[in-house]
Amino acid sequence: MSTIIQKLREYLDKAEAEQIRQLDQLVAATGLPVYKDPKTGALLWVDVRELRLRFQLSVNRIAKFVEGLSQERLYYTVCKRCGAKYFPPQADCPRCKSSDVEWREVSREGELITWTVINVKPASFAHNKDYVVGIVKMPEGFNITAWVDADPATLRPGAKMRLVVGRRPGENYITYWFRPAP
Amino acid sequence: MRRVAIVGVGVSKFGYRPDVSLPELAWEAVKEALDDARLDSKDIEAYVVGNVGGWSSEPLPAVVVGEYCGLTPGSGIRVEAACASGSSAVRTAYHMVASGEADVVMAMGVEKMNESPTPTVVEFIGRAGNYFWEFENFGLTFPGYYALHATAYMNKYGATEADLCEIAVKNHYYGSLNPKAQFQKPITLEECLKSRYVAWPLKLYDSSPITDGSAAVILASEEVAKKITDTPVWIKAIGAANGTSNLSKRDDFTGLEAARLAAQRAYKRAGIDPNEPVKYLDVAEVHDCFTIAEIMAYEDLGFAKRGEGYKLAREKQTYIGGVIPVNLSGGLKAKGHPIGATGVAMIAELTRQLRQEVERGRQAPIKKGMALAHNVGGTGHYAFVTILSL
Ligand SMILES: [Zn+2]
Repeated sequence: MSTIIQKLREYLDKAEAEQIRQLDQLVAATGLPVYKDPKTGALLWVDVRELRLRFQLSVNRIAKFVEGLSQERLYYTVCKRCGAKYFPPQADCPRCKSSDVEWREVSREGELITWTVINVKPASFAHNKDYVVGIVKMPEGFNITAWVDADPATLRPGAKMRLVVGRRPGENYITYWFRPAP
Repeated sequence: MRRVAIVGVGVSKFGYRPDVSLPELAWEAVKEALDDARLDSKDIEAYVVGNVGGWSSEPLPAVVVGEYCGLTPGSGIRVEAACASGSSAVRTAYHMVASGEADVVMAMGVEKMNESPTPTVVEFIGRAGNYFWEFENFGLTFPGYYALHATAYMNKYGATEADLCEIAVKNHYYGSLNPKAQFQKPITLEECLKSRYVAWPLKLYDSSPITDGSAAVILASEEVAKKITDTPVWIKAIGAANGTSNLSKRDDFTGLEAARLAAQRAYKRAGIDPNEPVKYLDVAEVHDCFTIAEIMAYEDLGFAKRGEGYKLAREKQTYIGGVIPVNLSGGLKAKGHPIGATGVAMIAELTRQLRQEVERGRQAPIKKGMALAHNVGGTGHYAFVTILSL
């Protein structure tokens, strides 16, 4: 069974395979990666140097957040000196310049502020069905942006939302989302 | 600080431009601005290029454009403030002249978004919030960020999808009169309402397109300006502010705090009463990357009270003859939105509006001699409000 990362790569490769095949044919036939844009007749040189990006982001100083996810818990930080609360969690408090923070588990229920349905998806999400993204106000005072697992037609501002931390169906890595509170 | 005048402006044809490379596209606007000011490339002491890039091949666009346009060895830099990069270029050039560092400086913006396929562009712009907490796990898109505002606004104030489409209809109408615009065809309310959703509740016709384009303005000190032109247009004030990168860090989704702050700062410097700015202004260009953005702009700028911006659209008060004409260029919606060029194109358009030299049917009556540009980067991540005067 291939993983989500492989599946996405296969999906993107499939989408690009036809273009690359045409580019090879063009070079074989004319000696140049140059073609006429069918819409405008303009001459276009197709870049033969593909650039693929995959970044490596440090989560070192929010290791506790990562550890929390692995236990299906969501953590935020509280500055021990001034009491400022942070979600997304941050290891430094710009308010009082302290880096002495306490990690606490986010409460499990909040209220929906706003939402959208992503109909036209980025290439790296194109393998998903249309998904709902919402912003939920939590009792701690901060908001959380995440997917909302609900029929968007049933959503209302102020609707009670239940926070879920677990393996995202289909992608199988651990993240967090909301669903309507029972 | 010295007074700073705009002495030359140029804008390329906006749209899908596979017929030109990035520096060739820049040259179209640079040449028009130089001709307008009756200057040569060698007269430009320094230049600032608004460009976001990523989707286009050149990682160092300022030096590539500078070489092609004969601006080397004048000092040049690229600036980035997302969709407000153009305004930040104008602001940086303004500071160079105002401070006395240089007498003649060009601000330009150029973007070739169509060097990448559309899904790649969608991906790039979607990543333009707070990458890890908004995109990596949740795949937000640029229309998605504004749709979060549209949902909140419509729920709170009762605005409808038809109210939003009124903005698209107006801007396409004026775009149809602007030969530089990407779209030159009026649309009907029905066409807008029937278009497919890109990020519910925003539809294709609520959205600005992917655009290639460039714009340039030449700024000069008062002493030099008076030698170059009889019709200088003055930069009276620039207000700038930022919002949080992560939208979840904001309290309110019915307006853009950064735009409100930028407006307050610009009004204060320009001596404009923030309670009645329309009394001072003949015309405005506002950042309508999505129709909801123009409605929020009306409120953030004080053209309408909070919660009443959609009524200006519904009552057609932002056409010529209304409370204040807005986006007579066609706006980002119809003129197009080459991200780094947009802010510069706004200043070029308003300069020509104040000089009363735009095409028939879209020239605002100039009575008070002041105009306003409102340029937002990202989703209220950056905001610039620039006031021009005769
Ligand atoms: Zn603190």
